[in-house]
Amino acid sequence: MPLDREIAIDVRNAVKRYGDFTALKQISLSIMDNEFFTLLGPSGCGKTTLLRMIAGFEDVTQGGIYLYGDEIENLPPNQRPVNTVFQNYALFPHMTILDNVAFGLEMRGSSKADARKRAGEMLELVQLSQFAARKPSQLSGGQQQRVALARALAPQPKVLLLDEPLSALDLKLRKAMQLELKHLQRETGITFIFVTHDQEEALTMSDRIAVMSAGELQQLGSPVDIYERPHNMFVADFIGETNLLEVSVDKIEAGRAICHLGGGHELTCNEVAGIGVGSNVHMSIRPERLFMSDQPAEGESLHGRVKENIFVGTDISTIVALDEGPDFIVRTSNSDRGNKRIFEPGTEMFINMELGAARLLVD
Amino acid sequence: MAAAKSTRFDIKSYRGFKSITLLCLFILYAPLVVVTIYSFNASNSITTWEGASFHWYADVFTGPESEKFKSAAFNSFVIAIVAATLATTIATLAATGMVRGGKFRLRALSFGLISLPLMVPEIVTAVATLIFFNSIGFDRGTMTILLAHTAFCIPFAYLPISARMQGIEDSYEQAAMDLYATKRQAFTKILLPLMMPGIISGFILAFIVSLDDFIITNFVKGAGVETLPTAIFGSVKQGIKPNIMAISTMLLGVSVLMVTISYLVSKSDNTK
Repeated sequence: MPLDREIAIDVRNAVKRYGDFTALKQISLSIMDNEFFTLLGPSGCGKTTLLRMIAGFEDVTQGGIYLYGDEIENLPPNQRPVNTVFQNYALFPHMTILDNVAFGLEMRGSSKADARKRAGEMLELVQLSQFAARKPSQLSGGQQQRVALARALAPQPKVLLLDEPLSALDLKLRKAMQLELKHLQRETGITFIFVTHDQEEALTMSDRIAVMSAGELQQLGSPVDIYERPHNMFVADFIGETNLLEVSVDKIEAGRAICHLGGGHELTCNEVAGIGVGSNVHMSIRPERLFMSDQPAEGESLHGRVKENIFVGTDISTIVALDEGPDFIVRTSNSDRGNKRIFEPGTEMFINMELGAARLLVD
Repeated sequence: MAAAKSTRFDIKSYRGFKSITLLCLFILYAPLVVVTIYSFNASNSITTWEGASFHWYADVFTGPESEKFKSAAFNSFVIAIVAATLATTIATLAATGMVRGGKFRLRALSFGLISLPLMVPEIVTAVATLIFFNSIGFDRGTMTILLAHTAFCIPFAYLPISARMQGIEDSYEQAAMDLYATKRQAFTKILLPLMMPGIISGFILAFIVSLDDFIITNFVKGAGVETLPTAIFGSVKQGIKPNIMAISTMLLGVSVLMVTISYLVSKSDNTK
C-alpha cells in the first residue's frame, strides 16, 4: 500500500458484544482512500456486523472508528457521510425509481429539482434512465440492484458500503455486476467496502481483502497474497481449493524445511517463522501448482497412482493416491493439455512441483 | 390458479360440503335479507307484503320520529369519526412501539393488555366503564360515550396496523437514515406511507365498531343523549315499526360500504 494515500476508514480495536456473545474480538484495520476493500468470511464471522458498525446501525462496544481522521462511532447513521447498498436493496417500495435515487440528496438539503436532476444523471450512469418513473417492484433483481447502487452513490458518500449486494443474483448476472462494480469504483474514485462470503467474488474485485472468521481478522492482503501466501489453515482452506496435509517438520536448514508426509514421503518447502523442527503442522499445496509426469522432475517429486479423473469444465481434477500416503488433487487446465499429460486411472506416475508450491501453515 | 392441482384432498369434494355451506349462509344472511326486503314494504305491518315502496325511508327522514333519528345519527357519526381517529392515532403509536421497539421487557404483557378488551365480555367493560366514570365524578353525556368508544376501539384499530407493520422490514428505515433522513423523517416519509393501508383498515374497523356499539353506549350515555343504536332500541321497545327496518337497512349499507372500502384499501398496494 503506498504510504501517501490517506486512510479512509480506520477501525481501531473495535469490539462488539451482544450480551455474552462476542461478535467481534478486537478488530483493527485501515482501509485506504479510493480502495476496493473486501471483508470476506463465512456467515457469522462478524463481517456484516463490522460493516453495520461503520454505517452506524450497530454501536461499538469498545474501540473506535475513524473516517478520514474524524471519530464517527458515536454519530447516528444520518450524520455519517457513508452510504450503504443493502443485501435486499431496501428500495422504498412506494416511491418511483427516480424518487428513490433522489431521496438522499433531498434529505441532505438539495432542492427537489436539483436532487431529481442529479438522480437522473445517476440513473444514466447505471443505464436505467428509461425506468425512472417505475416502482421498484416492476424491476428485475439486477435492475433493482443497480438502482440501489445509484441511490447510494448519488449523495457522493466518502465511503460506499456494500452488504453482499450480489448474493441474490444468478451466476451470469453476478459476474457482469462484479465487473460493473469494479468499473464504477474506478470511475467514481469512492472507497468501496464490500462484504461477501464468496471467495471468488472477493478475489475478482478487490484491491485488498480482509479474511475474517469467528469475529477475528485472519489475514489482510492483496488477492494474490491471500491466495498464494495464506497465513494459516483457515485462510488456506477457505480461499480456493487446496491440498491440506498433516506433516511433521524433520529438519530445517538454510531457510528450507524438510517435512515428512507419512508413508515415507518427504517434501522440502520454505521455512516459516514460528514453525520449528519436530512440529506437527499443516501444509497447503494448490492443485494447479502440481504437474503429473511418468518420471520425477528436478524440484520436488512424489510417487503415486491415479485414482480418478474428474472433468470440471475448464480443468481436469485428478485424484492421486501416494504410495501408503495421503490423496492429492492435481488440477490440469484443459488449455494446457498439449504440454501436460493426463494419466488413466490405475497408472503409476509422479507428482512434481516447484519448491515454494508447498506452504507450511500456522494453525 | 394451479390447474394441475390435485382435487383429491380438496375440501370441496367432501360429502355434505355444499349443503353445510348453504345452511350456514342461510342462517347468517336470511334475517338481513328479510329486513332489507321488508324495509321496502308499503304496508304498516312488518309481516305482510303489500307491494314495494320507499314509504318507510321517507318516514325515517320526515316522519314523527325523524328528529330523534336525525340527532341520533348525527351523534353516532360524530362520535364514530372522532373516536376512530383518536383510537387509530393511539394504535399507530402503540404498533410502532411494539413492532419497532425491539425486545423490551413486558412486551408480551403489553400485547396482551392491548388486545384483552377484545376478549372481555362487553357487558363487563360497560359496567366497569360506568363505575369508573361515576367514581371520578364524570357527568354522563356525549363526552363519556366518546371516551369509552375511543378506549374500546383501540384494539380493533391496533390489529390491522400492527399486522401491516410486521410485514415492513426495518431495513427501509435504516436505508432512509443511511441516506441522511432523521428518525422523524424516516417515520413520516417511509414508514407511515408504507403503513397507510393498515392504518386505513384500522380506522374503518374502529369506525364501524363505534358506529354500531350498543351495550357500552347504553351504559355510559347521559339522559337525552342518543346514538343511532340506542335510539333504534328505544323505538323498538314501543313496538317494531317498518321504519326501523329502513334505518337498519341504511346502517347495513354503511357497514357494507365501509367493509368494501377497507377490503379495497388492503388489496390496493401503494408499492405497485
